[in-house]
Amino acid sequence: MMFRQASRLLAGSVRLSRRPFSTATEVPAATTTHTDSGFMESWTKVIPNIDPPKTPSHFMNPRPATPSSIPSKITVNFVLPYASELSTKEVDMVIIPATTGQMGVLPGHVPTIAELKPGILSVHEGNDVTKYFLSSGFAFIHANSVADVIAVEAVPVDYIDPSLVQKGLTDFTQKLSSATTELDKAEAQIGVDIHSALNAALSG
Amino acid sequence: MAMAALRREGRRFAPLISPQPITAAVRSSLIQQEQAPLGVRSISTQIIRNRMKSVKNIQKITKAMKMVAASKLRAIQTRAENSRGLWQPFTALLGDTPSVDVKKNVIVTISSDKGLCGGINSTSVKTSKALFKLTSGPDKEPKYVVVGEKAKAQLVRDSRKHIDISITGLQKNPLNYTQVSVLADDILKNVEYDALRVVFNKFRSVISFIPTTATVLSPEIVEREAESGGRLGDLDSYEIEGGETKSEILQNLTEYQFSCVLFNAVLENACSEQGARMSAMDSSSRNAGEVLDRLTLTYNRTRQASITTELIEIISGASALEG
Repeated sequence: MMFRQASRLLAGSVRLSRRPFSTATEVPAATTTHTDSGFMESWTKVIPNIDPPKTPSHFMNPRPATPSSIPSKITVNFVLPYASELSTKEVDMVIIPATTGQMGVLPGHVPTIAELKPGILSVHEGNDVTKYFLSSGFAFIHANSVADVIAVEAVPVDYIDPSLVQKGLTDFTQKLSSATTELDKAEAQIGVDIHSALNAALSG
Repeated sequence: MAMAALRREGRRFAPLISPQPITAAVRSSLIQQEQAPLGVRSISTQIIRNRMKSVKNIQKITKAMKMVAASKLRAIQTRAENSRGLWQPFTALLGDTPSVDVKKNVIVTISSDKGLCGGINSTSVKTSKALFKLTSGPDKEPKYVVVGEKAKAQLVRDSRKHIDISITGLQKNPLNYTQVSVLADDILKNVEYDALRVVFNKFRSVISFIPTTATVLSPEIVEREAESGGRLGDLDSYEIEGGETKSEILQNLTEYQFSCVLFNAVLENACSEQGARMSAMDSSSRNAGEVLDRLTLTYNRTRQASITTELIEIISGASALEG
């Protein structure tokens, strides 16, 4: 009877200790050019008891290398905070609303970092054109014909309601004219910019 | 003497009478006997009965907490997985350089506000303290920005003067990008930094959470690293579209990167918290079940022993009268 109790106690304690341990025992799947082995080494020198934490590059798929000849398609990654709209989609051309105006991106484009203003992003695939209205963000075009577009908010153009756009535009223009502090003025200006861009998007 | 021997016999017989095989009829008769006032002998069964009731309640509560954590996890897991694409373009462009050597390191530790979630907050704090040790040097002083009550409680104990900002109550409203970007803005405005190291638990699966650190560099350091070559060396080959200078665009870029990285980190940590809470509550209810089993056995043994003692007294009394 005592032995049965003892074995039950042992089993209980063993189950208690089987908590999710975060020791990493696996080897990183694909070593990208960005993994930092120097970090791991300096960590193990200073803190030998704890495993080093993983870094974001460990969780990322490695990017393709720069091809020698210009590829036929450009790969687009279009991400938003709450969704990845397009992920590694191969298309013919992308038109992004950079601060200097609409910019067309074709395969083999020179590497660029572009800040975006509110406007339309159009993705051309053969004869299909998909248009999204972005609220601003960034676009990176890499040498390996991969384009990353990161926006804070984006909707397909069909989702926009024209009457609400007009109303918003009048509201914000009024707020801009009656704004007193710098912050209010800046906020009203942003509202006006976005709504006028929305207007242009609907008409254009 | 005889009674003691019989009592010992009773104790040896008791484990053979395991709880399940007792038939319903026998059990009901035993229960009826016990409900009759037995005097002093019933107090020990009373104590055990109270303990059994409280352990059963604990089991119910922990089971309910596990269900709640499971439903919250389902809700937030899809959002965390959708936000995973957000930081990848930045890492693809600016690289991942945790070994960068800078003077002003700021360690942003993300933890939960509520407890009972296993060991994830302790692992975050351990990793943060280790990063602190790694990045301190003769003229380098790292600082902490703590998000969440649990890490704040642990770090305040020995590193109070190194904590710059502490933020609690993040999960009062459902997490969204606006809230996190306001938080990121606050941090960037009030803290001087060369490199921000965000420490959080990445959600790999319901039972596996990986401590991760993501590094965001300030625009000046990005320029310095780009000039010195190495990982960011090919940053110069990128054309800057627009009339702004490179430093202005880098400023906007690093701020945007920090808010995106922070958003993903907060979501992943929330997922890990719910997953850890699920497994902690699950093991807790299982342990409560085991304690309950053991208590039931003790209870039955005590009850049967007291009945046996009653019977012995009655019978010996009766036989004394006869003989």
